[in-house]
Amino acid sequence: MNPLAAIGRAFLALLEAIGRLVLFAFAAVTHIVRPPFYPRILLRQMVDIGYYSLPVVALTTLFSGMVLALQSHTGFARFSAEGAVAGVVSLAITRELAPVLAGLMVAGRVGASMAAEIGTMRVTEQIDALSTLSTDPMKFLVAPRILAGFAMLPLLVLVGDVIGIFGGYIVGIYKLDFGAAAYIDQTWRFVETIDVVSGLVKAAVFGFLVTLMGCYHGYRSEGGAQGVGRAATNAVVSSAILILVFNYIITELFFAK
Amino acid sequence: MSGSGEPKIRIRGLHKAFGAKSVLRGVDLDIGAGESMVVIGGSGTGKSVTVKCALGIVEPDRGSILIDGVESVGLKGAAREAVNARMGMLFQGGALFDSLSVWENVAFGLVAAGQRTRREAKPVAVETLAQVGLGPEVAELMPAELSGGMQKRVALARAIAARPDIIFFDEPTTGLDPIMADVINDLIVECVRKLGATALSITHDMASARKIADRIAMLHEGRIVWSGAVADIDASGNEFVDQFIHGRASGPIRMAVRG
Ligand SMILES: Nc1ncnc2c1ncn2[C@@H]1O[C@H](COP(=O)(O)OP(=O)(O)O)[C@@H](O)[C@H]1O
Ligand SMILES: [Mg+2]
Repeated sequence: MNPLAAIGRAFLALLEAIGRLVLFAFAAVTHIVRPPFYPRILLRQMVDIGYYSLPVVALTTLFSGMVLALQSHTGFARFSAEGAVAGVVSLAITRELAPVLAGLMVAGRVGASMAAEIGTMRVTEQIDALSTLSTDPMKFLVAPRILAGFAMLPLLVLVGDVIGIFGGYIVGIYKLDFGAAAYIDQTWRFVETIDVVSGLVKAAVFGFLVTLMGCYHGYRSEGGAQGVGRAATNAVVSSAILILVFNYIITELFFAK
Repeated sequence: MSGSGEPKIRIRGLHKAFGAKSVLRGVDLDIGAGESMVVIGGSGTGKSVTVKCALGIVEPDRGSILIDGVESVGLKGAAREAVNARMGMLFQGGALFDSLSVWENVAFGLVAAGQRTRREAKPVAVETLAQVGLGPEVAELMPAELSGGMQKRVALARAIAARPDIIFFDEPTTGLDPIMADVINDLIVECVRKLGATALSITHDMASARKIADRIAMLHEGRIVWSGAVADIDASGNEFVDQFIHGRASGPIRMAVRG
C-alpha cells in the first residue's frame, strides 16, 4: 500500500471527525438559544453537574492547596522567600488548579455518565422515538446538558478557589507556622481579579467541552453495550485532552505578553 | 385530505446505502388509506430502514415518499414535525424512556406537541393504557419494572396516544411468547380499526402478518419482490414468498451469514 495515501486518508479522516464535531457543537449551541426550552431538564442537569460534583471538587482542590503550600515552602525556603507561599498557592489555585482539576473531575463523573446515558438511548432507539414524538433530541437531550455544564463549572470553580486557598492556609498556619493575619494579607495582595476571572472563563469553556464530548460520543454511539462503553471512554479521554489543550490556549490569551 | 384512489403513503425508488453496503435498492410501495400493510422479509433486509425513512429518522439517498400526495423526503424542522405529528411508531425494542414513568411515556407526545399540559395529559394516558389492557396502577411504575409484554403494550399505547392517522409497527411480536404475541396482534388490529388509521407493520413472524395484514409485501435484497392481498399469499406463485412463508433453508433466498 502507498504510505502517502495512508497518511492522506488518516489526515482526511481526522479533518472529517473535527468537522463533524464542530457541526454538532454548532447545532447544539443554536438549539440552546432557540425555543422550546426544557427548564425541568436544565435544572436537573444543573443540580447533577453542580451540586453533586461539589464533594469531589472540594476534596481535590483542598488537598491540592495543601500540597502546594507544603511544596512551595520547601522550594522558597532555599531562597529565604517563604513569604511568597500564600501568593503562589492562591495564584496556582485560581489560575490553574481549580479549573483544571474541576474540569477533569467533572469529565470523569459527568462526561462518562452522559455518554453512557445518551448512548444507551441511541442504541435502544429512544432517540429515534423522541423525534417521532414531536421532540428534537438535540434540543431535549443535548442543549440542556451543555448549557448546564457551561453555567455550573464556573460556580464549582469558585467554590474550589476558596477551598483550595483554604487548604493552603491550613497547612501554612498549622504546619509552616505562618501567622493567620499575615497569610491572609499575603493572599489578598497577590490575587488579582484577572486571576480569578481567567479561571472562571476556563471553567466555562471546560464545562462546555466536557458536556459537549459526553453528548457527542453518546449521540454517535452504535453497536450495543460495547459501543456505549466505548462512547463513555472516548468522552472522558477526549474531554481530558481538550481541557489541557484549551487550558494552554486560554492561558496564552490571558497572560502572554 | 386523501383523494379517492390516491394512496396514503406512496414510496417510489427508495435507495439507501450505509457506506459501501447498499440496503434499499429501489423500494416501491403503495399503502391505501385505512389499509393495513405488512412488509415481510428476512432479518437485515432493510425493513426498519424503510420505516425510518418514512419518519425522517434516516435520510434516504434517493427516492420519494409521498404522504397524502405530499413529498416528505428532505423535510426538516417544523415541516417534518408537522408530518410526524400525524404518525405513530412502535419501535422494535419498545424504546420506552427509562427515566420516565409509564404514564409520562404515554403522554410524552401529547405534551411535547403542546396539545395538552402535563396535568391534562395524565388522564388521557391512563385511558390509553386501558385501551391496551393495562390498569391505572401501572401508570406510576417505571418501564424497567414491567415484563416484556407489558412494555410492548405501553409502547403501543404511546404510539396511539396522539391518535395518529398513520401507525408503523416494527416487529411488534418479536421476543414475545406466542400467546402474548397473539394478544399484541389483537390489540394492534383493534387499535388500528378504532382509529381508522393506515398501518404499516414489518415483521418476519408469518402468524402475526396473517393476522394484522390486509395486504402483504415482501422485501428482498432492497426491493419489493411481491405484494398482494393476504388471502393470496399461499398461492403467490413467487418463489421468494414461498420459501419465506414455509421457512425453508433452501431456495432462491440466500441468508447472509452476517446480517
Ligand atoms: N444507522 C445505521 N448505520 C449503518 N448500518 C445500518 C444502520 N441502520 C441499519 N443498518 C444496516 O442496514 C441493514 C438493514 O437494517 P434493518 O432495516 O434494521 O433490518 P431489518 O429488516 O431486520 O429491520 C442491516 O444490515 C443494518 O446493519
Ligand atoms: Mg428491524
